[in-house]
Amino acid sequence: MPPRERRLVVILGAFGTGKTEFAINLALKLSMQGRRTALADLDLVNPYFRSREKENLLKDKGIALIAPKGALRDADLPSIPSSLKQLLFDMDMTGVLDIGGDRTGARVLGQFAGEIAAQNPAVWYVYNHSRFDNRTAEAAITSLRQIESQSGLSVNGLVNNTHLLRETTLDTVKNGAKGAKALSDFIKLPLICHCVSREIAGSNPGVSPMFVMDLHMNRPWEEA
Amino acid sequence: MQKELWKGNEAIAEAAIRAGCRAYFGYPITPQNEIPEYMSKRMPESGGVFVQAESELAAINMVYGAAAAGARAMTSSSSPGISLMQEGISYLVGSDLPAVIVNMMRGGPGLGTIQPGQADYYQATRSPGHGDGHMPVLAPSGIQEAVDLMWDAFEMADKYLTPVMVVADGMIGQMMEPIVWNRTEPLPEADKPWAANGRDGEGQTHFVSSLRLQSSENEQFVHTLKEKYEEITKNEVRYEAVGCKNADILIAAFGTTARIASTAIRKLEKEGIRAGLFRPITLWPFPYEALKELALQESVKAVLTVEMSLGQMHEDVRLSVLDKKPTPFYGRTGGMVPEPKDIAEKVREVIKEAGK
Repeated sequence: MPPRERRLVVILGAFGTGKTEFAINLALKLSMQGRRTALADLDLVNPYFRSREKENLLKDKGIALIAPKGALRDADLPSIPSSLKQLLFDMDMTGVLDIGGDRTGARVLGQFAGEIAAQNPAVWYVYNHSRFDNRTAEAAITSLRQIESQSGLSVNGLVNNTHLLRETTLDTVKNGAKGAKALSDFIKLPLICHCVSREIAGSNPGVSPMFVMDLHMNRPWEEA
Repeated sequence: MQKELWKGNEAIAEAAIRAGCRAYFGYPITPQNEIPEYMSKRMPESGGVFVQAESELAAINMVYGAAAAGARAMTSSSSPGISLMQEGISYLVGSDLPAVIVNMMRGGPGLGTIQPGQADYYQATRSPGHGDGHMPVLAPSGIQEAVDLMWDAFEMADKYLTPVMVVADGMIGQMMEPIVWNRTEPLPEADKPWAANGRDGEGQTHFVSSLRLQSSENEQFVHTLKEKYEEITKNEVRYEAVGCKNADILIAAFGTTARIASTAIRKLEKEGIRAGLFRPITLWPFPYEALKELALQESVKAVLTVEMSLGQMHEDVRLSVLDKKPTPFYGRTGGMVPEPKDIAEKVREVIKEAGK
């Protein structure tokens, strides 16, 4: 987990890698450790499956949600909530920044890159080996570099979140860990953790360090 | 085969290319923007043509032009954009041209919302644009099915010389799902002796048009369409029926709504209520006969239609069942998605009502 001196955690990655699921779980964990925590939903490209949908859960746990409000909540307009600025100045607040997918999603960060970079942030790239375009380390790196250049920030850690949604098996996780390790070696970036659902974690996938997640981002036919 | 995780819109675009589509024209609109974006990258790599048109109207007319020249062409949009395309779709029908149109539906009317909807059912199934036309309408309920249906869509378009529409609510375009590539080979090049693609000075110039100023000739043409539609109706009706045999109640639903209904059905099963799912895959031609047969079973007390609209497919369900059984409706609309618990509650209510 990010040490206290790293109060900003920027979460980047391709569509569907599970950035939002990871961001929510990370915010919940940081909050449980007693840190004042805010989750910034800066996904301006995806119209669905955004962390703002979990507003009530976050509120219950005392996590501040920074996201477009009112009519803008359901839109995909390039509107950045003013409270993001507040987070950038509130040095006692731990901020998890959930950024939209792909290079188009990462572009939103560009205008804040200087202010964020000055605060020694954790910039983590979420990797899902099951994504169709992550089959080789070379292809994964192209995607990572594109996202990095659009965001204006340098990635300093990899988060392996390999899954096939509800079809994830022990093998999915083990294969993913191998893919993530290969990518980490190839671009010489530390592997921060392997994300594993609570269910799979129970059958001991043998990956370390393991970040155990509860799944919150269900599709409409999946009940929690 | 190893499963790959794909976003719906990207998978549909990739499937179109793999099926042999080499011409894409479109204009951005949420929730289907990933289709043109993906096409803009992959189409040139595949030796095809990508054009971001200046409007949906231009896009569908570019599809018309490409199809007339013999290319395997497609476009995609979402509800308001599909409304703009109606004229061009009618021209495709009126010119016997093959093309595929993807509609990733959102909540209407008007600009509505960018959240999912199914309220373009009438628009898709009654008549594309104006005139006495129809087109096959395919409705996947997940990404795997959407991918597989892209081959079928282009195949049907070539076989019957017709536009084919693939309709899905925005949820299917936006969500991720693991898939396998069941089909990998592109469709064979269809023989298109009518194509306006240059005759090198040989014989008469090919001319593709929907204008037939002589009314008797136009009537004759519409009759050839009728024959074509009878052929499609005979060959292409598709549906899925799960647990419908001896069910207490049938739920008719398509697309994402069918999956939500499945969760409700599993809930109800635990309470001893046997609810069957009837899921049309072709919205046109609608599986009237199959639904009628299942609805007429003695055990079936009612056929409940569930949609993300105020009830459009409901009309086709009623045409299947006529007045032989009650045909209640439950729906959310305008971008709202029904929840499994609400569908289950409606089923309990209907069963209670039927028991009186």
